[in-house]
Amino acid sequence: MKKLVSAGIAALLSCTASVAYADVKVGMITTLSGGGSTLGIDVRDGFELALKQSGNTEIELLIEDDARKPDVAKKLADKFIQKDKVDILTGIIWSNLAMAVVPAATRKGTLYVSPNAGPSALAGKACHENYYNVAWQNDNLHEAMGSHANKAGYKKTFILAPNYPAGTDALKGFQRMYEGELAGELFTKLGQDDYAAEIAQIRASGADSVFFFLPGGMGIAFMKQYAQSGLDVPVMGPAFSFSQDILPAIGDAALGVANSSQWGKDLESDVNAKFVAGFKETYGRLPSLYASQGYDAANLILSAMAKADVSDKDAFRAALKQADFESVRGDFKFGNNNHPIQDIYVREVVKEDGQITNKIVGVAIKGHQDVYASKCRMK
Amino acid sequence: MTAALIFEQIINGLQFGLTLFLMAAGLTLVFGVMGLINLAHGSLYMVGAFCCAWVTQQTGSFWLGLGGGVIGAAAAGALIEALVIRRLYDRDHLDQVLATFALILIFSEGTRMVFGSMPLYLNIPNALTGTVALPGVEAYPLYRLFIILAAIAVALLLYALISKTRLGMRIRAGESDREMIAALGVDIKTLYTIVFALGAAIAGLSGALVGALRSVQVGMGEPVLILAFVVIVIGGIGSIKGALIGSILIGLVDTLGRIFLPVILKFFMENSSANSVGAALSSMLIYLMMAGILAVKPKGLFNASN
Repeated sequence: MKKLVSAGIAALLSCTASVAYADVKVGMITTLSGGGSTLGIDVRDGFELALKQSGNTEIELLIEDDARKPDVAKKLADKFIQKDKVDILTGIIWSNLAMAVVPAATRKGTLYVSPNAGPSALAGKACHENYYNVAWQNDNLHEAMGSHANKAGYKKTFILAPNYPAGTDALKGFQRMYEGELAGELFTKLGQDDYAAEIAQIRASGADSVFFFLPGGMGIAFMKQYAQSGLDVPVMGPAFSFSQDILPAIGDAALGVANSSQWGKDLESDVNAKFVAGFKETYGRLPSLYASQGYDAANLILSAMAKADVSDKDAFRAALKQADFESVRGDFKFGNNNHPIQDIYVREVVKEDGQITNKIVGVAIKGHQDVYASKCRMK
Repeated sequence: MTAALIFEQIINGLQFGLTLFLMAAGLTLVFGVMGLINLAHGSLYMVGAFCCAWVTQQTGSFWLGLGGGVIGAAAAGALIEALVIRRLYDRDHLDQVLATFALILIFSEGTRMVFGSMPLYLNIPNALTGTVALPGVEAYPLYRLFIILAAIAVALLLYALISKTRLGMRIRAGESDREMIAALGVDIKTLYTIVFALGAAIAGLSGALVGALRSVQVGMGEPVLILAFVVIVIGGIGSIKGALIGSILIGLVDTLGRIFLPVILKFFMENSSANSVGAALSSMLIYLMMAGILAVKPKGLFNASN
């Protein structure tokens, strides 16, 4: 009898406990299969690592794979919102998928924390109080490279990117900051993997530097072929073409290339050291910038949970906006449009202990905010 | 825009076309001889690249890797011929498309399970790094020249095999009348397996050669497969000669188009719109050419069954 009573009390106690601390349900939609899955896998792993290290058990994480398809992402978002009743959505890698999911979800009152995609539309007129981008606005890293090109004294840069929205944005972002003249501008085919013709154009143009944005396999192919061409004009690009998930496949051909990133694994801070060591130990590989963004997204949510109950939307939003967490990238705060104001660094590809990786060599832009913030009506 | 640059771009187009030929040759052989639409040809290309990357990593020798890529793809080809493809010869094309599409999915996920989703490292051998001076071109990558020569060698070997050997005679006979050569006592089953494995081996060689230049990753075969289909439709289905001419044509039109269209358009419009319109137009160019050729010659330039 005694046992039964104490068991009953224990059950009651645990019951009240769960009422007092409402769990936060997070739905993660990310790319885990097909092309570009390395990005989603890194975001997921970084996010899970942060949860594990925090020891917080009041957060429930549901993960689904969007296979890089907007319609799949849309369906998953509906399922998360209507069936699972998640409080927060996160995880989307690609801007076109984000545009399919985010506006509808935030309108319905679901919070969205973006660990990667930052399309300009969501930073400007269509900004929303339920949308928080913890990575960057899409143009940021390209702008930083434009600013780096000025500092490096380049006067005649050849620029190229694939012919799709993120590609044209990249070249625009670069030119927004770059003060020199262009030796040439080329739009390549999306998915193109032979760049002999483009490299010949670069050689003939007499450029003093090359800026390119070719994510994933396109970048691997370009860098390998560029190295073989015997052309020794310096190359630069955003971190997306030199992230840790693809560097091993490029090999020595990437050595010495300058690239811009808001994060580097060698940034000196306790939280970054804990992140990098924890990631290596848990997953057996070096983290990429995508993993750092997943890690920061989780820590941002955890920091808000410590301050406010998720059922009180206004208080929780205010807690998110304070961004009172230690970002692995160092200083971090949200601008009026809930997009980061942050330093962006220049990294160089180096070989450390036989492994090809990035090393921070300088700051490209300090306290940088995107240009769309002024179009956003939020304060 | 100097003459030397135009000449260099022509060589680039030629090289791009010849890499396409390696892919299209196997496809057209299988299609022509066995009447089979093999969408999984791109997967065999991927298998070749992955085998090459893996063997190269294990042994440190690209040349062993190249051999591994060819053998691996040929073995994979022979295996799927015996298990799946063999049951499809008498079915209509839609069934073949369905079954070989399923093979693409199986190969892609299988490769991901074995090698993971990160792209693999495969670089060109040290002996072939660097550049050479060609007439009119100050520095042309040696490895690209090697690919041109390898593709020409494959074209010559295929020509010799099909027109000069007994096996080639049987392949040609099988192409024109399958029942008759079976009745004459030729083991048609084995012949088909050999032809399919041969096509797979060339795809594997192409994947290994090109993988070192581009990137070795899951799904690398499908974009090339689409172009290879365009090549064999233009060249005439089943014709090796058609595949050669078709692929060179595509290589030249695609390369020259994407470089010179924006330049030409700049005479008519402002710079930035010329760049984007030129890029959009040049990616359509080969399909426009295909439509044009098919309008005049509905069966392609060199129709094998004529």
